[in-house]
Amino acid sequence: MTAAIIAALDKSYPGPEVEGGQINVLRRATLTVRPGTVHALVGENGAGKSTLVKILAGVVRADRGTLAIETRDVAVERWDRPAARAAGIGIVQQHGASAGTLSVVENAVLGIEGGPLLSLATPAAALAKLGEKIGLPIDPWATIESLSLGAAQRAEIVAALYQGAKVLILDEPTAVLTPVEVEGLLARLRALAAEGTTIIIVTHKLDEVRAVADDVTVLRGGETVATFSTVDAPLEIAAIARAMVGAELPAQVKVPAPPASAPIALSVTDLKLGELDSATLEVRAGEIVGIAGVDGNGQRELALAITGLARARGTVRIGTRDVSRASPAARLAAGLAHIPADRHHGGLILSATIADNLALGRTDLTGRFRIDRDRVGTNAREQIEQLDIRPPVASALVEALSGGNQQKVVVGRELSRPKLVCVVAAQPTRGVDLGAVVRIHERLRAAALAGAGVLVISADLDELLGLCHRVVVILRGKLVGERTTRAELGALMTGAS
Amino acid sequence: MIVKLSWLSALRPSANLRRELEAAVIALLVSVAIGSALMLVVGKSPGHVWWLMLEHTFTESYWFGQLLYKATGLALTGLAVAIALDAGLFNIGAEGQLTAGVLACAVIGRALPADAPMVLAVPACLLGAALAGGAVGAVIGVMRTLRDAHEVITSIMLNAIVAGVALYIGNIVLFQGGTTTGGQIVAGARLPQLGLGGSSASAALLISVLAVAVVWWLRARTTWGMAWLAVGRDPDAARSVGINVDRVRILVMIGSGALAGLAAANFVLGHKHAFEEGLGRGTGLLGISVALLGRTHPFGVAIAALLLGFLSSGGLSVAEEVPKELIEMLQGVVVLAVACAGPWVRRARGLRDRGVA
Repeated sequence: MTAAIIAALDKSYPGPEVEGGQINVLRRATLTVRPGTVHALVGENGAGKSTLVKILAGVVRADRGTLAIETRDVAVERWDRPAARAAGIGIVQQHGASAGTLSVVENAVLGIEGGPLLSLATPAAALAKLGEKIGLPIDPWATIESLSLGAAQRAEIVAALYQGAKVLILDEPTAVLTPVEVEGLLARLRALAAEGTTIIIVTHKLDEVRAVADDVTVLRGGETVATFSTVDAPLEIAAIARAMVGAELPAQVKVPAPPASAPIALSVTDLKLGELDSATLEVRAGEIVGIAGVDGNGQRELALAITGLARARGTVRIGTRDVSRASPAARLAAGLAHIPADRHHGGLILSATIADNLALGRTDLTGRFRIDRDRVGTNAREQIEQLDIRPPVASALVEALSGGNQQKVVVGRELSRPKLVCVVAAQPTRGVDLGAVVRIHERLRAAALAGAGVLVISADLDELLGLCHRVVVILRGKLVGERTTRAELGALMTGAS
Repeated sequence: MIVKLSWLSALRPSANLRRELEAAVIALLVSVAIGSALMLVVGKSPGHVWWLMLEHTFTESYWFGQLLYKATGLALTGLAVAIALDAGLFNIGAEGQLTAGVLACAVIGRALPADAPMVLAVPACLLGAALAGGAVGAVIGVMRTLRDAHEVITSIMLNAIVAGVALYIGNIVLFQGGTTTGGQIVAGARLPQLGLGGSSASAALLISVLAVAVVWWLRARTTWGMAWLAVGRDPDAARSVGINVDRVRILVMIGSGALAGLAAANFVLGHKHAFEEGLGRGTGLLGISVALLGRTHPFGVAIAALLLGFLSSGGLSVAEEVPKELIEMLQGVVVLAVACAGPWVRRARGLRDRGVA
């Protein structure tokens, strides 16, 4: 049997002295990928999945190890992006690697343009045609920042194939997609594999693994702990889950619904901001309400309007207080907590420590002027312990954490606010893996149990149905109604009913 | 488990600190090498010239005093640029803010009653200098936040405007009898000399030291510092946790301008005792180098001020050997080397690879 990729890699990052000066992200992690298959790379937070695929794509360099591409050994110390691209390895990264102000076609030719004269018409036509052919239609002239996350991702996939990728790596591609888009993408990936493209997909969603994967490699703590293949037998999903977490997952319990007499924790009336059109909504104390919708239907505006980060028309009440004209700081002081949709843009200061991020803006912890360092430290230790943030080092920089652990830091800061009245959680588990999802949901439930009204804005229906007492659909800026089943929600989200 | 928890450690955890120091040392070695090459070009023995610079500076109290005099001004303008950089603002205008400070300092120092006691006269002059510099900074901050006018452009323009205004005011009310020097400030406003071989070093040095300490404390230990660093690193994140980003930017620009204005104490109260056209010129621009060389950390700024102070006073001390332009070039080389060494060290250690999972 020939293999598209055989790898055994080590990678460490400089870390805090208390950790021995380095964090070993990959410890001789092995991966063997058969050509023309869909290979799922699964694992917990910080298991090293992203690092492994970034090394394959030449984005990150391995410390040591061996790597063979189509049975040809390559030197890992010289394996960089141009080399990987020349070998036909394309990557679609978790947070997108496209330049936002450039168009799809400009991004596609970036770094591979031949001569000094840049001609875009030919590649644009080729891109559009390729997209059409593989069932991922794109507009080559649209700028990346004007596209929804799903469309931007389609553009990256088509661009990678246009650049001649024989091996296509997708790092958590479904994290930003709606259920319908996920189904479409997975079907496209199967079709691409059938035509001979090798696909490596990083994911932690086991239903996706079941739907799409031929082979599965499970990473834990930087090591390959198990491999599964459909060659022998159908995939045993429960066994994959056990290998990922190293134990059984705890069962999820729903928070009991609050009585109808419970006070209103958050109410918005006739809220208007950009796309958002006359949103009216109430969340009772102890209630978890979901907002389901396809990205770009006004969810962002709803969160901005409630938190006061953009000036909106209409009324916002936190508890009984009218905060419609109040500053973001005053709203937070009135008992609001906000988990922003994108932790990299507004949630965290990546170049600061875990402890500092957990205390950012929290004058109840830091004190008004002179920072109470003991309290900031105690708080950091508590949150690290409760949320199982890894590495468990308060002075570690947040930029060195995995996505899931970064999100735990945001959740830890926001949900530990004193006198919490209501929580706005936008895409709280986007791009976050199983273990972290469980912890984050646990904290959201705990906030509701403690009497806060929780508003969860998410594109993930499983998340909303598992967490919420009721789910409202947002479509084209309007809250269009409440539904209870997955099928009804899916239909209403896409405007089909 | 040892937990270090200031923004000091946030910005420079021990592993990073070592790298920063390595970067600085490499940059210095490269600068010395390039400087030596320049000396060879003008036909001098580099070893001899470097040795002479060190010898003059550390064996003759006059030259050591001149080093302190230069460093005093540079530390203040360096801090001014550094705190703005921390908040994500590139204040090129320390030069103009310093000029405003010099003017205010000299005008107040002259307007005070002749028998004004030092405890009143000096603070009055300092306050005036800080307010004048701060006002120029405020204009830049307000234009940035309200009109989104980029501070690099506005601060450069204000440098020219302030210089012009200062000269105009000098011409009509201050300059005496066809000179470009104003009248002397009152005796009580004069800072005592340090008495180092008749050098220009004065008690203004203490103001610099105090400023370094205060800025360090604010930056590492208070919510103000937390806010200004947060705004510089990620304004969106700062906004979402309730920090008023516009207000922080304006306040930091006022603080930045005030620090640059305070440098006037070194030139007016400590040395010339009068307004003079061009007094302190270049200190504001060199402050940018000091801030970059010091990696915006107050202690780094202090060390960088001493280093560039050494180059400029030591360079003058060997003026018979090498042209002073060579030393000015060398100051530029140091900054370029620092700018290049930082990323280089980072890349060497693989720090550019972000994210662990």
